[in-house]
Amino acid sequence: MIKLLVSLVNLIDSYLGIKALILNVVTEIDSFFGWRVLKSIYRATIEQDRWSLYLQGIVNTLLIAVVAAFIGVFVGVLLSMIVFLNKKTGKLKPLAWIANTYITIIRGTPVVLQLMILYFVVFASWDNGILIGAITFGINSSAYVAEIIRAGFESVDDGQREAGRSLGLNTWQTMFHIIIPQALKNSLPPLFNEFITLVKETAIVGYVGIMDLGKIPGLIQSRTFEYLPPLIIAAILYLVVVMILTLILRVIEKKFAKSDRNGGKK
Amino acid sequence: MAEINKNEQPILSVRGLKKVFGSNVVLKDISTDIYKGEKVVVVGASGSGKSTFLRCLNCLEDPDGGQIIFDEVDIADRKVNINVHRQNMGMVFQQFNLFNNKTVLKNIMLAPYIIYKKRKKKAYKAEVKADEKALKEAILAGDREKASQITERIEKRPKFNYKAECRQRALELLRRIGLEDKAKVYPSTLSGGQKQRVAIVRALAMNPKVMLFDEPTSALDPEMVGEVLNLIKEVADEGMTMVIVTHEMGFAREVGTRVIFMDEGVIAEEGTPAEIFDNPQNPRTKQFLNAVL
Ligand SMILES: Nc1ncnc2c1ncn2[C@@H]1O[C@H](COP(=O)(O)OP(=O)(O)O)[C@@H](O)[C@H]1O
Ligand SMILES: [Mg+2]
Repeated sequence: MIKLLVSLVNLIDSYLGIKALILNVVTEIDSFFGWRVLKSIYRATIEQDRWSLYLQGIVNTLLIAVVAAFIGVFVGVLLSMIVFLNKKTGKLKPLAWIANTYITIIRGTPVVLQLMILYFVVFASWDNGILIGAITFGINSSAYVAEIIRAGFESVDDGQREAGRSLGLNTWQTMFHIIIPQALKNSLPPLFNEFITLVKETAIVGYVGIMDLGKIPGLIQSRTFEYLPPLIIAAILYLVVVMILTLILRVIEKKFAKSDRNGGKK
Repeated sequence: MAEINKNEQPILSVRGLKKVFGSNVVLKDISTDIYKGEKVVVVGASGSGKSTFLRCLNCLEDPDGGQIIFDEVDIADRKVNINVHRQNMGMVFQQFNLFNNKTVLKNIMLAPYIIYKKRKKKAYKAEVKADEKALKEAILAGDREKASQITERIEKRPKFNYKAECRQRALELLRRIGLEDKAKVYPSTLSGGQKQRVAIVRALAMNPKVMLFDEPTSALDPEMVGEVLNLIKEVADEGMTMVIVTHEMGFAREVGTRVIFMDEGVIAEEGTPAEIFDNPQNPRTKQFLNAVL
């Protein structure tokens, strides 16, 4: 995809010569002021199509974060449900013990170590680093999501469960139709925060050589031997991605909040 | 009002019911029979165990001893599938407990739909299959008239849509309480009285054999108590069997067919409203009534 984009851009440029023009202008301005700044930026972005590396980085970062978020929410809901149901009925003690131990271990150890264990040991035979990164952060995130959703469960009044059960719904039907939707809704703001954190924290995957946005500056530095420009550019890109995501998530959050005011209909 | 026949099997039979919370013995050996059509009003001081008694009747609290015979099954036995029996017992809570995440209409239709949809679908499919079989047989037997009859029946059969059926019934119930226009709103926009009336018809939607009310008007502003009591009275007059915990003594006297006075986890006295309210025997009953009347 991105390779195609690069060839397309180059094809267009071969007619228009914009790249050469920019290089000229940049060189002129720099020499006029006695700078090297613009040239550095040029080398960190346009030269040899390095902009495509950032793009690839963003795609990989988002891929890891989104897949990790799905794994995290799925496993996290499961964990918190076990803990919650055990608390209410006392019938899932062994499972709840496992869930709590899992949460404690994951939250109590550095994610870098978790990553290395999964990357170099558990999935050593896989060569899809992005997937391994996503799984690592999915597992890591699930423990935090479990805590968030557990709090969400606790914020649902017990009368909701009792009303469901008194009508003859079984435990699972009550959970699925009544408790989980409310718990999730109450957990939405902290869940979104967790996702934003995930987008930034996944930069750790660069540690094992996965090409996410956080790894790109190093790659470019090794070619241009200029350190600051690619770092600043990557930082700005992270900021832009996070701001856009925050905006989107806020809109979704508002939609949800509205749903129990007037039915969102009239 | 329908006669109460005490020669029949009671609908609900409580035998030696016991409930403890930690070291707090809340219910001590409670026994009573509740017959079809009875409106049993439970009164007593706060903390005397009225709510716990009611909640034990549908096992929202697991009894720690004794039996609760409903539909000829001891539902206090933890091995029975309590859900099946709860489907026949409605409960109305002090705090309404409408489902916050569902519209008013969905609140009412949710339980019947979820609980009965599989069964209904199965029955529908069985009907369709039976018709197909009968048609085949009729054709093989050369019975033209019968075959065309069955064909017509097959063609006229509406598509399976239990959800629509549930919605229809829920709308009817809403119409009954004059809240059709609230079908699509969420409970948070309703007044307390409206919430409780919706909660009552939500329980009715399951066509229960018994309704349990735990202080249904205690959380209401005074001006809304009337509308809720009127609805309960209506349902009572239709013959519903009821157990009602309440502090509304006027209502208890008017609607109740029997009054149970609870004190420290036992039935201290029971009798007709006239007996209990006009001529109480137990000094504790007298004391309680003096305090509340
Ligand atoms: N879930 C519970 N856990 C511990 N104690 C409880 C619980 N529910 C009720 N109790 C205790 O049981 C006693 C009776 O309570 P309750 O049945 O609510 O009385 P009433 O409804 O008559 O006011 C009280 O002392 C109360 O503190
Ligand atoms: Mg009570």
